[in-house]
Amino acid sequence: MSKCKTSAEVGGMGHSVKRKEDARFIRGEGTYVDDIVRPGMVFMDIVRSPYAHAKIKSINAEKALALPGVAAVITGETLKEYNLHMMPTLMSDTQMVLPIDKVCYQAQEVAAVIATDRYSAADGVELVEVEYEPLPVVVDPHKATDPDAPIIRDDKEGQTSNHIWHWEEGDKEGTEEVFQNSDVVIKEKIYIPRIHVASIETCGCVSEFDKANGKLTVWMTTQAPHAIRTVLALVAGHVGLQEDKIRVISPDIGGGFGGKVPVYPGYVIAIAASVVTGLPIKWIEDRRENLQADSFARDYHMDCEIAADKDGTLKGLRIKTLADNGYADAAANPSKYPAGMFSICTGSYDFKKAFVEVDGVYTNKPPGGVAYRCSFRVTEAVHAIERMVDLVADEIMMDAAELRMKNFIPKEAFPYKSPTGWEYDSGDYHTALQLAMDNVGYDELLKEQKEKREKGELMGIGICSFTEVVGAGPSKDFDILGIKMFDSSEIRIHPTGKAMARFGTKSQGQGHETTYAQIIAEELGIPYTDISVEEGDTDTAPYGLGTYASRSTPTAGAAAAMACRKIKAKAQKIAAHLLEAAEEDLEWEVGKFSVKGVPEKSVTIQEIAFAAYTNHPQGLEAGLEATHYYDPPNLTFPFGSYIAVVDIDSETGEVKIRRFMAVDDCGNIINPMIVEGQIHGGLTQGLAPALFEEISYDDEGNIHGGSFMEYLVPTAVETPHWETDKTTTPSPHHPLGAKGVGESPTVGAPPAIVNAVVDALSHLGVKHIDIPMTPEKVWRAIHKQDAA
Amino acid sequence: MPKFSLAHSLIPMMKLRLAEPTHLVDINGLSDLNYIKEQDGYLCIGAMTTESDLETSDLISEKYPILKDTSEVIADPLVRNLATVGGNIAHGDPANDHPATMVALNAEIVVSGPTGLLGGGKRTIPIDEFFVGPLMTALAENEILTEIRVPSSNGKSGASYIKLERKVGDYAIAGAAAVLHFDGDTCSKAGVALTNVGPTPVRALEAQDALVGTTITQEDADKAGELAAEASQPVGDHRGSEEYKRAVVKVLTSRAIMQAKDRAEGGN
Amino acid sequence: MATRSITVTINGEAKTADVEDRLLLVHLIRDNCALTGTHIGCDTTHCGACTVLLDGTAVKSCTVFAVQANGREVTTIEGMEGEALHPLQEGFVEEHGLQCGFCTPGMIMSSKHLLDKNPNPSEDEIRWGISGNLCRCTGYQNIVKAVQYASNKLQETATEGGE
Repeated sequence: MSKCKTSAEVGGMGHSVKRKEDARFIRGEGTYVDDIVRPGMVFMDIVRSPYAHAKIKSINAEKALALPGVAAVITGETLKEYNLHMMPTLMSDTQMVLPIDKVCYQAQEVAAVIATDRYSAADGVELVEVEYEPLPVVVDPHKATDPDAPIIRDDKEGQTSNHIWHWEEGDKEGTEEVFQNSDVVIKEKIYIPRIHVASIETCGCVSEFDKANGKLTVWMTTQAPHAIRTVLALVAGHVGLQEDKIRVISPDIGGGFGGKVPVYPGYVIAIAASVVTGLPIKWIEDRRENLQADSFARDYHMDCEIAADKDGTLKGLRIKTLADNGYADAAANPSKYPAGMFSICTGSYDFKKAFVEVDGVYTNKPPGGVAYRCSFRVTEAVHAIERMVDLVADEIMMDAAELRMKNFIPKEAFPYKSPTGWEYDSGDYHTALQLAMDNVGYDELLKEQKEKREKGELMGIGICSFTEVVGAGPSKDFDILGIKMFDSSEIRIHPTGKAMARFGTKSQGQGHETTYAQIIAEELGIPYTDISVEEGDTDTAPYGLGTYASRSTPTAGAAAAMACRKIKAKAQKIAAHLLEAAEEDLEWEVGKFSVKGVPEKSVTIQEIAFAAYTNHPQGLEAGLEATHYYDPPNLTFPFGSYIAVVDIDSETGEVKIRRFMAVDDCGNIINPMIVEGQIHGGLTQGLAPALFEEISYDDEGNIHGGSFMEYLVPTAVETPHWETDKTTTPSPHHPLGAKGVGESPTVGAPPAIVNAVVDALSHLGVKHIDIPMTPEKVWRAIHKQDAA
Repeated sequence: MPKFSLAHSLIPMMKLRLAEPTHLVDINGLSDLNYIKEQDGYLCIGAMTTESDLETSDLISEKYPILKDTSEVIADPLVRNLATVGGNIAHGDPANDHPATMVALNAEIVVSGPTGLLGGGKRTIPIDEFFVGPLMTALAENEILTEIRVPSSNGKSGASYIKLERKVGDYAIAGAAAVLHFDGDTCSKAGVALTNVGPTPVRALEAQDALVGTTITQEDADKAGELAAEASQPVGDHRGSEEYKRAVVKVLTSRAIMQAKDRAEGGN
Repeated sequence: MATRSITVTINGEAKTADVEDRLLLVHLIRDNCALTGTHIGCDTTHCGACTVLLDGTAVKSCTVFAVQANGREVTTIEGMEGEALHPLQEGFVEEHGLQCGFCTPGMIMSSKHLLDKNPNPSEDEIRWGISGNLCRCTGYQNIVKAVQYASNKLQETATEGGE
């Protein structure tokens, strides 16, 4: 890692400076959506369906309306008058805001109660009487396309089955040929169940419509405020809302992880109600609503096949996936990629041929698929390849690390074109894995495992060497609902040398107020404490697609660097004017220009800023600012190698993670402290689905995992002490050489843990265990008991 | 009719609108029911003693560590600051942890009510008569639990409670309490009881009988574990299938017995 | 529903309010007293985002009725800073013990009670001590370091501050 160019006081790239945003949070002075209070504000609560699929025979709000404090009850019929009962999803499907004819998932929104206080609103919800006629339910996606399966989306013209889309990538014939000509072919079915981000703050909004000015202001838990504003303008344009009169404010957000990207019906109902009533309306969902109705993640059934030769050369990969989308395709994938970046599944290995196909189906479950700290299906892809690689190692009795080293894409091969069309920007997989192995004492662990096995003790070592793909994305390939996935930065330097910078992204804890300031400090030499960073208010921030999929540093961070370089170019002109020298005769040292060879003839950036308003050269505009919309030329490809060491209690099936070594490479690092924190958090959100978390449904579509009683979020006790290290392989195309890191650990941790558990049991003939690896699942694998 | 319950179980049920009591009586003011003391051959615990008081009591960790084993795995530290031992028992939930421990300890439950001699009556209910069914105890509608009495250990004895939970704060997949008394090296009396594998805490009678007269070898403990597993009546749910829960009962019982023996011999 | 008058001392100030019996303490704090640093993160008493001190004891304020706090003292995150930040608040900044900040007030209040009872906890004891507070951002590791920072600082101050 190169030496930091700036001093710690300036706090440019590479410094672990303390975060500026912390000052309000540690005092309890953050402003989250539920902290917003508006004069005359009323509260909304939602009546939800107990059935997964049912006709609505009647809705009787009489008793609710009779309750003191209840002001209104809104149903689908109410919204239909304004043609707001349906809305588009971010995947160009449609979903109900409030139903007219039937409900399609348990906990679906059926009606909304508006009341003067939150307790009365909840009382009102209890009193709304809904008569349902249950319909047959589709829960198993494998049965969704059976000929006798009920059509869930019979509201969509031309929809004659529960099949949504088919998508494929790669060389089908070429891959088949490779499979025919390989020594070893291994098949495995891998299921990644539904999980939920469960950020500690749930979703909600406060919506206020100013009748006199025709202006709608919505404070919303959203990771992508501009996209929301545009969607609202498109959806509600016909009722008079226009984009210049819609302001979406994303205040402090208590964790996003993708769960705050979708447009939930609750927001639209609250907005509609605020426009119609003229009252500010607050809607804050409770935890059960959040778990039961909000965007889930994963739910991929993957039939995986891998072809290799006896000497360990990996040759071909084939995956057929069934994607359970719930009742609407409400993921937030770029429009050409309904299965996200799933085709990254050849991973860190130099496969010559691969073929991937995914079919999305409807089921009677909540819609989604977007979330949980890896929006774009890379978690599923990496899980598949890392498991399959271990299966090859097991089959040919080669060490799992050795097999990986043999097949890694070599450092010299980058930029590397994968058989499914990705161009990986840079990587050095061998170094990362070696570092992880050295740090963890791999050879000693193998010896220990051998000794323990002889005593009947179960210990496992699991590796995951992942390649992530983030920073969506280049405009030629990526858009969401047609909006291209650039991002933006607008920077203005004030006369006294302080700066204001605004972005199209939105932090939910990633520390942008600090890291973006550090980028600017690096480029311009202004101390990071003199730079105010703002995001989230669509009235002031430049347009962007928001923060998710680890895209902020790759896109908006790059935009900041480019905007700074524009500013620096102008600053150079002003400096030349001040120093009475030619521009070409100046040289830049962070924070100042000086005349080449005459270092005492210099001006600081602060002096230049002052001059921009008081003494700017004739012919040049006053001021010192720039805006940049950055269209990334490519995605970025962070990578890493993780090694998990587990001990298993053979009598109970409990898995204890003894050690976890994470070596990450996210290119050049802005703030090592923040990166490390992201890794700790991401690893914990990788541990959680590996061992604890699952949302499942019974045959009637009743949810299990719909509260924190059943949805098991790990505490500090279940979470191990994480060991972290890094390598640095900059991105050649990113202005700062940075890649993004937030999702890598969530992607890389589950396969490392599964590989470790399977490794611990491999001598008993265990090949694979699906996550979550509950104690019972592990116990059954050990004792070879089929599930009851 | 008023009903008495643990606030940290009742309030969550009210928030989910599963319970809608018309009247609540807050008895947190009964501070004279918060005590831990030895008296007349008994360890006496006031019903309003909090779990965290039990967890941090020197008397408990030195002489009755099974009660620390139990209290420290109830819910989480914040809940334990308010949750009471009396509440954990009076709720009558076989998923709670104290019931099995109290059964294994042959505790007595002291209750107070308006009836009895001259009103202000008090009666003592033996633990085996206290738990009647799921969420049902021998408490009459107008009685409250005021004290739990555990026969003080005299002579060589040791006890342990082990709970397997999916994470901190969860109810038990299963839990096993073992209380052993020794005459020299031979077990003279045993109490074995199980959490969350029946409609009430389950006293594993055959397991108890099998331990008496032995020197509690690993084989004895494993055998008792098997008998406890047979005595349990687990219901398959998301914490585990019936088969798995029985396997867990067997393991936990065996381990609790060996830990109890170790403590009787002066270990921790 | 009928209301009754209660007086609760919050961060040293007596606050009187007319409340329904069923009003939760967390709503008294957030709505009636406009102290929004205490947060709500669940509905089953699991997450601990609502943790406050009640007569110095850490409790989940979503599972206490406001009327139960009548005549008692409540300390919230807003009451932690005196003339300077409390060492816990400092520790969370120094050790990057927070990211989105939503669980942070609850974590700090739990940790305060933990350190009051056990001024020098081990890493395991800290993890057990905060096991009633969920965090999704940090993975807990830097929260542990933040509490250790505060523990060291408080013990230094105690040694220096005079016996």
